[in-house]
Order: sequence, then structure tokens, then C-alpha cells
Amino acid sequence: MIKSPTAFRSGGSGWRRGLVCALLASAGGITLARDVTIGVVYAPDDARYDSKRLEKSYPGQPLGRPRAGAEMAIAESEFQLNNAGLKVVLKDVPLDSVAQANKQMLALMQKGVRHFLLDLPGATVAELSKSLQGTDALLFNVSASQDNLRRSACSANLFHTLPDESMMADATAQFLTAHKWTKVLLLTSTVVDDAPSISAARNAIKRYGIKVVADKAYKLSNDPRERDLGNVALLTAGIDADVVWVVDPDGEFARDVPYRTNLPRLVVGSAGLVAEAWHTSWERNGAPQLTRRFKKAANRPMAGADWAAWMATKAIIDVAIKLPDMRSHRNALRSADLVLDGFKGARLSFRRWDQQLRQPIFLASGGFGGGIAGVAPLDGFLHPSNNLDTLGADEKESPCKLSDSSGAKK
Amino acid sequence: MKMNQQKFLPMCALVLAMCGAASASAKATGEVFISSEKDNVVTVLDGKTQKQVASIKACKRPRHMQLTPDHQKLYVGCGDDGTAVVIDVASKKVTEKVKLEEGVEIFDLSPDGKMLYFSNEDTASVVGFDLVSKKVTIQIKVGEEPEGVLITPDGKTLYVTSEVASLVHVIDVASGKILKNVEVAKRPRRFALTPDGKELWVSCEMGSAVSVIRTSDHTVVDTIKFQPKGFRADEVTPVGMIMTSDGKTAFVSLGRANHVAVVDVASRAVNNLILVGKRAWGLALTRDNSTLYVANGMSDDVSVVDVAKGRAVKTIKAGRVPHSVVIDD
Repeated sequence: MIKSPTAFRSGGSGWRRGLVCALLASAGGITLARDVTIGVVYAPDDARYDSKRLEKSYPGQPLGRPRAGAEMAIAESEFQLNNAGLKVVLKDVPLDSVAQANKQMLALMQKGVRHFLLDLPGATVAELSKSLQGTDALLFNVSASQDNLRRSACSANLFHTLPDESMMADATAQFLTAHKWTKVLLLTSTVVDDAPSISAARNAIKRYGIKVVADKAYKLSNDPRERDLGNVALLTAGIDADVVWVVDPDGEFARDVPYRTNLPRLVVGSAGLVAEAWHTSWERNGAPQLTRRFKKAANRPMAGADWAAWMATKAIIDVAIKLPDMRSHRNALRSADLVLDGFKGARLSFRRWDQQLRQPIFLASGGFGGGIAGVAPLDGFLHPSNNLDTLGADEKESPCKLSDSSGAKK
Repeated sequence: MKMNQQKFLPMCALVLAMCGAASASAKATGEVFISSEKDNVVTVLDGKTQKQVASIKACKRPRHMQLTPDHQKLYVGCGDDGTAVVIDVASKKVTEKVKLEEGVEIFDLSPDGKMLYFSNEDTASVVGFDLVSKKVTIQIKVGEEPEGVLITPDGKTLYVTSEVASLVHVIDVASGKILKNVEVAKRPRRFALTPDGKELWVSCEMGSAVSVIRTSDHTVVDTIKFQPKGFRADEVTPVGMIMTSDGKTAFVSLGRANHVAVVDVASRAVNNLILVGKRAWGLALTRDNSTLYVANGMSDDVSVVDVAKGRAVKTIKAGRVPHSVVIDD
């Protein structure tokens, strides 16, 4: 299974290395030590990790830098890595500008680095991946959930382990449909940057035939004339919906929607019942051990982005152990044969058309320590080949049509 | 439990005279013990009527169970209070509480019944506990989330699975050293050793398969895939395994696929798929190989399978989230 490293080492002492390797291999299945460096590209001034913001612990949002997840993935793979004679290290690449990060990444690639975790805001992910098109870099987006990164801005070198907005919205819509809570009051933000999240929610609502009985915009403002727009009781007054679906990527408004509605109604979306890539209350599939290991290592609970960084690193390790030739990694990651264990029960793999990791999504209430009301895809939501593909853009819907790299050996 | 049976049967056969008066079968009750994770009890059923005869308040989160070679005591691993409790089989009372470590999962007893080896998923190690001196005598670091533990009938080799590393560690008991790490399919869970000791079967939950390891050189020689009709690979999560005493047939519980596969050991052919309850894990087979018990974790019951008929003939209510079954026969 483990190919001889001589396949990709072409140094002068190649034959000697090959011999040593062959001797070692025959002695006990040990191959020559190899190094894999994974770059972690992050923006030091990323507002999502502002300490004051992290203190709020908004559901669905990061609780700290996801690098901690990558570290844990390496630590827990110790035995496998030793067995394969592989050493994996992380290398930080702080980003001030896309141009500077691009240059630094190209320099690392000169030294043989291929894999990079991108812990960056969506717009930066799009720009950076575009700037690296045509290179051998393999980028793993671990913290940006914007749909466009998987659609109009998708890129052959870009993989996503964090679910996108559509997947989360579909998970929520499936939950409502399964419960026949199909009359919603939609509360959306007026901030321009929030438009993608809002359209993901609207698409999911349409996809599942959910009825919007009232469609209202909220606004946090100090203008006395706009005071009503920030008042949940007034916004929801007299509207008999089954649930209130609030879309608030920021989180400040959404936090105060539950229990402030005029009629006693449940809240979903950015507060109340929230779609999460990971949740510490998941009790099955070995999840408590993962959560506990993370808590021990990072001294905080594990959130979705941490899980995504952990998963991306595990995926890299998985292919790197089997394939010394890094040129084959992209196709191996895209292969239907790849089975990743995300501790969520299902066998995970990357969608071939947009390189998004297909995965179950938790529907959690009450934030950390709260409950998990369901896991999407919910029972009864079926797909011709993989039920996980009922979440997000399926092959036919997606404008992104990526294909295998040509010429690369598998 | 499966390993217990697999291992001690041939032993007893060999030393029948020694087993003699203390023989398991001599005073075997035929009773069926079922641990359940969420209500902290071990339920006891009559082996013939399957009527409940006792419900033993055991400990916090009882999971794996195993009888001592003389069948007088039942050891129960308790995940949430880090102990093993000893149940006296005759009186059905907890007679002893052995302090192990938080995170104890599956364990195995040494053939002489003096040592208990358990996997500790919190510390990623396999721990050897001396039941006589009540002390931990050995602790071996293994891959993350160790689960299945099996000690060979000669007591010399210890096998441990690591769910995260997808490895089977082969450990030399005397030196405490790992001799080999065998790469198997994803998320290996439990073991079954063929009665002749030549093959070690490993259930791999995420690989939807059983990896077969040849014990002479610890190499994976086969991977048995399960594809019950109407299920996708995703839903096929093999965990429990047990073999008939002649070593010809293996039963593999397929977890979320709600079936038990009946496998011909020699040809690896899946000859039958028996519909059981939800999330079938723990398996136990009666001594005469006629009846198979299946713990269904998600439907809170136990299926009773008539092996000859090849189907479940009865479903019995058990505690909340049944985990393992052990038969005293």
C-alpha cells in the first residue's frame, strides 16, 4: 500500500536511499521517514476571533482559532504516522494581504509544501484560491461557510470541510418539514454582507415547500424612527407562524429572539435551533472522546470550525500515508474510495463537483451543553446515491463542475 | 463475552478432567445476562423461557461483561464510574467493586482468570490489572480510542484495536511491547478468534467490513464486505462478532443495518442476513450453538435468533440501550 518514497525522490543518492528503504521495508514494513508540512493560513486581525466576540459564544460561530483542531488531528494520528514513517507538522502563514500570503505560500511550495488550511474570511478565501490557481497547492477551507466559494468562486485547488450555508439551511428546513412546522415567520438582517446567508435560507425554504407567512427585516439601530425594527415583540406581533426563522450571521440580534416573540413560538436559524457542523452534546460515534480530547488540549469546547480543521488534517494524513507522491493527492481526495470518519456516524467524502465534504449536520438547541434535536439528513429525506447529498447543492444544481487532475498519477 | 466463550471452550475440552467438578456446564444455569448502558442494570433472563428473573443494579454504565473460567463470577466493565463490578452468578448480587480507571471500555480476562486487561479510551492505553493484588501492573500506550481487547488462549499475546488509528496492536504480554501494528479497515471495534487460533477477525465499523488477520504473521489476508439488500455502505456498521464452537460459522452484527450476517468462515461467503432490532451490537451464542442473542442498542431490546431456522423468533424487552449479552451455560 505504501509506495516506495524513491518514486518521488530523485536526488543523487536516490538508488542508495531506495536500497536502504527496501532493506528497512523487508525488515519490518517500515518506510523511510517522510515529512509533510501543512501550512495554516490565517489573518491575525480576523474579526471572527476578536476576544470580545469569542466571549459571546454565539451558536454556529467559532469559539477560537481552528488550528487547535489540526493539532489534535496530528496528535491522535501518532501511531499511524509512526507506522508509516511520516512526520506531519503545521507551519503558520499569517496573512496581511493576499499578495503577501500568496508569495509566502509559493515560497513554501518551493520547499515541497503542498497542503494549506485556510482559516480566513470568505472573501479572502476566494481571492487567495484564485491567485493560486494553476499551482500544485491544495487548499482546505475550514472556517468560511459562504456558498459562493463552492459555486461561482469554486476552484480546483480548493476543498471545503466546513458545511456551507445551503447545507445548514437545508438541514433546518428538513427538520421543519419532518415536524410539519411549515409556516414560518422569516426575520432577516438588513446588512448587505448577510445577503448570502439570507438567500441560502430562502432557497431552502423554497426547496422544501415551506410557507413564509411573514417576511420581516430587523435592524439594530439607534434611530428612534427605526426602534420598532429591533423590537422582537413588535416584529412578531399577531403573526401566527409555526416557527420564527431568524437569519443573523452576526448573532447579536438573534440571541434575543427566543422568548421575546409575541406569541409563544419556537425559534430556528441563528438562535434557538441552530445547524452545527459539530456539537459537544453529540453522544454517539465516539464523539464524546473527541470532544473530551479537544477540551483537554485546547481548554475550550470544540466548535464547527475546529472540527473542520481536524477533519481536513485527518483527510490529508489519510492520503499522505498511502501516497508519497503528493501530485496524486488531489485525485485521491476526490476519489469515491476515500472514506473519512468524522465521528458523526456516516462515511464522509468530498463531492466531486465542488469538493465540499458531504456530512451530517446537527440541529442543536440551547448552545453548548444544550440538546441535539436531530441530525440531518433526517429520516425520510432520500437521495438516489447518497442521502448526505440532500444537503446543499447537488451535482445537477451546482454551477461548479470540477474534474480530476489529468496527468497526475494515482 | 464472545472471546470468553471462544477461548475457554477448547480449554475445557482439553482439560476436561480438571474442569471436572467445577465444570461450567455442571451447574450452569443457562441464564442470560444483558448489560444496558443507560439505566445501570444487568438484566437476567431465564435461558429457556426468556422471562426476566432478575434485574441487578450494577454500576454506572455497564457495558462489556465476561464470565470467569469457572463461571462463578461475572465481571462487568462500568464506563462511567471507572470500575468493574463482580456479580456472583448464583446469588445474582454484586459482591465486589474493583476500582479500575475512568474510561474503561472492553476488557478480557487472562486464561487463568488472574489478570484483567482493559482498554482505556480516555488515556489511549491498554491496562493490565492484577485481580489478586488489585493493582495495575502494566499500562501500554496505544492508538487513540482503543476498544476491542483479546488475549490469546495461551495468555501470551494481547490484541487491541484503535478506532481512530484503524490499527490492531499486537502486544507481547511478557514484555509489554507492541510487536506489530496491523492496518485494518476504518474504525476497528471488536475481535473474534477462530477456535484453532489461526485467524483473528476484526469488525470495522466505518469500513463496513471485517478484516481477517492471519495470526502466524499478523497480516490481513481478507476483507469481508457486507452489503445487505436495501442498505447503503453508510448504514452497514459491523461491531459484534461470535463464532460457532466448530469455527465454521461466524455471526457479525451489522449495527445500523439492523441485521446479523451469517458468514461461512472458510469461504468468507455471507450465507444469510437475519433481520434483528435497531443498532445490533452485542452477540452471544448458546453452548449448543442453537440460539443467538443480539443486543439492539437503539430499540432497547434483545433478539433471540433460532440459528437453524436462520431468523429471529423472539424479541425481548431489555434495559435502556442494551450493550452486551453473556450466557451462563
